[in-house]
Amino acid sequence: MAKRNMSPKKNEMPAQDPEIRIKNFDEVALGYTAEQAVDEAKRCLDCKHKLCVAGCPVAINIPAFIQETAKGNFEKAYEIISESSSLPAVCGRVCPQETQCEAKCVRGIKGEPVGIGRLERFVADYHIKNNKDKIEKPKPNNHKVAVIGSGPAGLTCAGDLAKKGYSVTIFEALHMPGGVLVYGIPEFRLPMEIVQTEINALKELGVEIATNMVIGKVLSIDELLNEHGFEAVFIGTGAGLPKFMRIPGENLNGVYSANEFLTRVNLMKAYEPGSSTPVHVGKNVVVVGGGNVAMDAARCARRLGAEVTIVYRRTEKELPARVEEVEHAKEEGIEFKFLTNPVAIIGDGNGWTKKIRCQRMELSEPDESGRARPVPIPDSEYDIETDCVIMAIGTSPNPLIKSTTEGLETENWGGIIVDKATGRTSREGVFAGGDAVTGAATVIEAMGAGKVAAAAIDKYIMEKEKK
Amino acid sequence: MFEILKKEELNPTVTRMIVSAPLIAKKAEPGQFIILRVDENGERMPLTIADYDREKGTVTIIFQVVGATTTALNHLNEGDSIHDFVGPLGKATDTEGLKKVAVVGGGVGSAIAYPIAKKLYEQGCEVHSVVGFRNRDLVILEDEFRQVSHKLMLMTDDGSWGEKGLVTDALGKLLDSGEKYDRVFAIGPLVMMKYVSLLTKEYGVKTTVSMNPVMIDGTGMCGGCRLTAGGKTKFACVDGPDFDGHEVDFDEAIARSNMYKSFERQAYEETCKLFEEAD
Repeated sequence: MAKRNMSPKKNEMPAQDPEIRIKNFDEVALGYTAEQAVDEAKRCLDCKHKLCVAGCPVAINIPAFIQETAKGNFEKAYEIISESSSLPAVCGRVCPQETQCEAKCVRGIKGEPVGIGRLERFVADYHIKNNKDKIEKPKPNNHKVAVIGSGPAGLTCAGDLAKKGYSVTIFEALHMPGGVLVYGIPEFRLPMEIVQTEINALKELGVEIATNMVIGKVLSIDELLNEHGFEAVFIGTGAGLPKFMRIPGENLNGVYSANEFLTRVNLMKAYEPGSSTPVHVGKNVVVVGGGNVAMDAARCARRLGAEVTIVYRRTEKELPARVEEVEHAKEEGIEFKFLTNPVAIIGDGNGWTKKIRCQRMELSEPDESGRARPVPIPDSEYDIETDCVIMAIGTSPNPLIKSTTEGLETENWGGIIVDKATGRTSREGVFAGGDAVTGAATVIEAMGAGKVAAAAIDKYIMEKEKK
Repeated sequence: MFEILKKEELNPTVTRMIVSAPLIAKKAEPGQFIILRVDENGERMPLTIADYDREKGTVTIIFQVVGATTTALNHLNEGDSIHDFVGPLGKATDTEGLKKVAVVGGGVGSAIAYPIAKKLYEQGCEVHSVVGFRNRDLVILEDEFRQVSHKLMLMTDDGSWGEKGLVTDALGKLLDSGEKYDRVFAIGPLVMMKYVSLLTKEYGVKTTVSMNPVMIDGTGMCGGCRLTAGGKTKFACVDGPDFDGHEVDFDEAIARSNMYKSFERQAYEETCKLFEEAD
């Protein structure tokens, strides 16, 4: 066994310099070199408890892949990750490791935890770069499954079923597959090429991807089941409906939902000169919210040349965004105004945003989410000059599928009701998972739900065949 | 890819295309729209469905060449294909139970008013159509409207065809003469729909307008198409495109429609130059 690395600190992630990266959309974190990866992997104690595995929503055998990485067996490490995760290059980049696997790492008790996410990314990137093996198409089992939505839940479900020999068709509403991975998460955090590599691998497995197909409009779930020969349907349509604050002035020009702003910039490539899709960035952007989406929107706006302020109604401690994204945002010169909540957006008299009126907040006792509840301080209103406001205060599931599928039960807020252990919905042969079920959550949780549903769909169809 | 089966110039700036899109044709209803991208780098542009043929599997679009995307679209010919074509989106126009209506179309908006007039006519409703254009050269679908209308008032701003005046002048006359409509449908420029709605409000006639704001996905994801109706924020793509004209905040909608004007003008000029150089 190679000598353990007892350094209390992680190997630092090489990154683009903030001064340079605020002028481009290239990836910020550059990834470990092989030497750095081996050195970091040696920080893992390969302890008995394996608490990290319990912290991973898809239960990757983390110590095993790290031990192989420490020995330089990167392909073997990749195989171990692949047993549990179908999108490692994606998750290594966007998972909130600090609240999942790394939160449980024993090395984190006295010092920093092992950089599990960074190692996962290294291993996945190594595989993409070096593996030349053709993916073998599994033997077809002559069963057809439809997957609605090509985000992380849908891609995972489709991949797992295809590996078992199912003929899988993914239906995507937009013109390009990837869901939130391509319309939401920016290029500098998750390069589109990485997502396309993962999607191409699925295509090699035989998965068909039908773009421009809005299920519920062009075809219904009942038609897929009854007229198009699909034996089961997986709904992975995400939580795409943007929330607004319902404050005066929200319909002024210059006010965006984060969804719209990010879709214009990422999916439609509005940041490229000569793009046919416009985006209004303005000089002073205010982003409302504290999640990853808020950080993404703020950092996109910064790269498009704006001065950016994030307003958040709680304190820094409660920010739901990944720590790394918050750090990167700060390094890039984005200003945070905590304990601040907008009450109105004020126009310039010509229909354009001129300023945003905010009130100061203080924290009170915890609410039902367990987080301290922000309450307004009386007479504390003040204005921030701005010509562009981006609302990043959350999203909810799209009602389109529910409204066109009889007997599909949902929560009041739109989430599809499922049996958690199988992803089964109230309709026979219809399964669901990801944000469409949970409301906005993480990529890895959506992947986990896609895996669970794939296994349940396999069982459902195989049992039906026996009868 | 979606093949253009037929292309026809309706007037110097308005084109009709019949596009092969069997799945969309099977479901399309008047009032719904599609979103298209001309090529793989194109913007997503919504266009209301002008007609459809379920048996032939075709969807008809009619568009005015006003910007970069419509210019690029107009450079495609029969046999060429449109890169992306998705729909049918939005809610269908509610025509149920209507016995007598006025259908008002302005400019290229007449192309969207036409399938509604046709559907109502076919279901036995008495249809009075009022269509308006700037001048004789810009008149479209005159014969088509005549075939599906019990009464047709054709208006031009300069009197070079039909009667001189605005659609609101003609509709006002009909209402003053005692015509009682269950519903007025108004489709055209925002300003026209605003003034038709103000007029019909005086007469207490329920009015449906078709909104066509800027949008990206057309499924409720971006919220770019939001407007205020009845004091509430609505998304035109999923809550509409039809709204009660007496409830819509038209001034806000007009302001929002100007959001990308300068970008659009520049993109249009650049595209025109590009095509000129290529030709």
